Amino acid sequence: MRGSSAYRLENITVRHGERVVLQLPTFEVAAGEVLCLIGPPGAGKSTLLRLLAGLQSPTHGTMWLGDQRFGESAPLALKRLVTLVFQRPLLLTGTVRSNVEYGLRIRGEKDAASRTMAMLERVHLTHLADRAASAISGGEAQLVALARALAFAPQVLLLDEPTNNLDPARVALVEEVVLADHRERGTTVVWATHNHFQARRAGQRVTLLLDGKLVETAAAADFFDQPRDPRAAAFVQGKMVY
Amino acid sequence: MRAFDPELWPIVWLTLRVTITSLAIAAAVGIPVGVWLGLARFPGKQTLTALVYTGMALPPVVVGLLVYLLLSRSGPLAFLEWLFTPNAMILAQTVMALPLVTGLVMGAVAAVPSELVRQIRSLGATPRQVWWAILREARLGVLFALLVAFGRIVSEVGAAYMVGGNIQGQTRVLSTAIMMETGKGDFALALALGGWLLVLALSVNLAAMRLQGKTL
Repeated sequence: MRGSSAYRLENITVRHGERVVLQLPTFEVAAGEVLCLIGPPGAGKSTLLRLLAGLQSPTHGTMWLGDQRFGESAPLALKRLVTLVFQRPLLLTGTVRSNVEYGLRIRGEKDAASRTMAMLERVHLTHLADRAASAISGGEAQLVALARALAFAPQVLLLDEPTNNLDPARVALVEEVVLADHRERGTTVVWATHNHFQARRAGQRVTLLLDGKLVETAAAADFFDQPRDPRAAAFVQGKMVY
Repeated sequence: MRAFDPELWPIVWLTLRVTITSLAIAAAVGIPVGVWLGLARFPGKQTLTALVYTGMALPPVVVGLLVYLLLSRSGPLAFLEWLFTPNAMILAQTVMALPLVTGLVMGAVAAVPSELVRQIRSLGATPRQVWWAILREARLGVLFALLVAFGRIVSEVGAAYMVGGNIQGQTRVLSTAIMMETGKGDFALALALGGWLLVLALSVNLAAMRLQGKTL
């Protein structure tokens, strides 16, 4: 997918009942880029990520992943290229190891055990491999969820504010692990965050969503240093824009 | 017939056979249906759910009557020639156990956070793999459903008596034997048979707890 569009969305509308929660005339994610979605809670970031993950279909509009039509009913092989890490990680009953292994196991991968341990090493949790998933802390669970998502080497990694409830050291670890994976494998990353500093550190491009609409998309430095839209400027300055 | 009379063993054996066969059929049908009902969203789900919950409270004598009518000489299933055989008792007990298993499994599955279902799907699980993962998350509820259904049918007397007939050596089970001995005034024997019924229930529950302990 590198060098072209990972995603292309056209005329997307998502309604919940009568309410329009997302309206995107066009939206593109370049293959191999790190795109940060910023915006206040309720701006539509999670809805957009669920669309990109193929977990939900838009009310109207079309989506492409690479050159194939994409959505909730897309073929499994296509959907398996993408994964989403949620804000609140929910782990399966079993050990930490079995959770990280899950995606590999359901794909029938042969070297699941060694890849699992390598991922646990990346997130500094090898010592918890055989601990029950229910017995670890929330911060550890988020790292396990990230390892679980990266273990099967997805082409697209979607992150829905995964560092919200983490201490600074773990925030740094998550950023390091995600960006290392991006550098090594060219993973396309779409990262929703409401932390400007994180978007500036991690994103190559930044998109501001407000009330379900795209306000501005620009290279990270331009977005923060010379925002064109007055609402983007206000948001960057920490003013209330919602 | 005394508490350890050799005549007792066929009764204990038949009780176990009828109950476990009914429970196995109810589980084979009720668990998948319960998982489906717990996960699926479709128009009419509330009506179907209400029907399942009503089925959980089916009076045994009503089930006995319906199964009797089905299997009786003029009934649509007369050709099976099951009336007053263990098969008739199995059919009646399956009818009683099925809504219980379905309803309780549905409740256990519905209690698994829908967010977890989304997270499993986002990891690339097929619908079947999602089912298995959710069933595994709900396994304590599923075990509970099976225990409740076992408890209901092992001690059930109304339907077993109506469609089985309490025929010695053929369809006499512990519950119908207790009723008969009580009617005859042999309370000591009725109590001893009741003790055996409790032993059966306790053994099954202990086994289930052991299983539960292993999977926790």
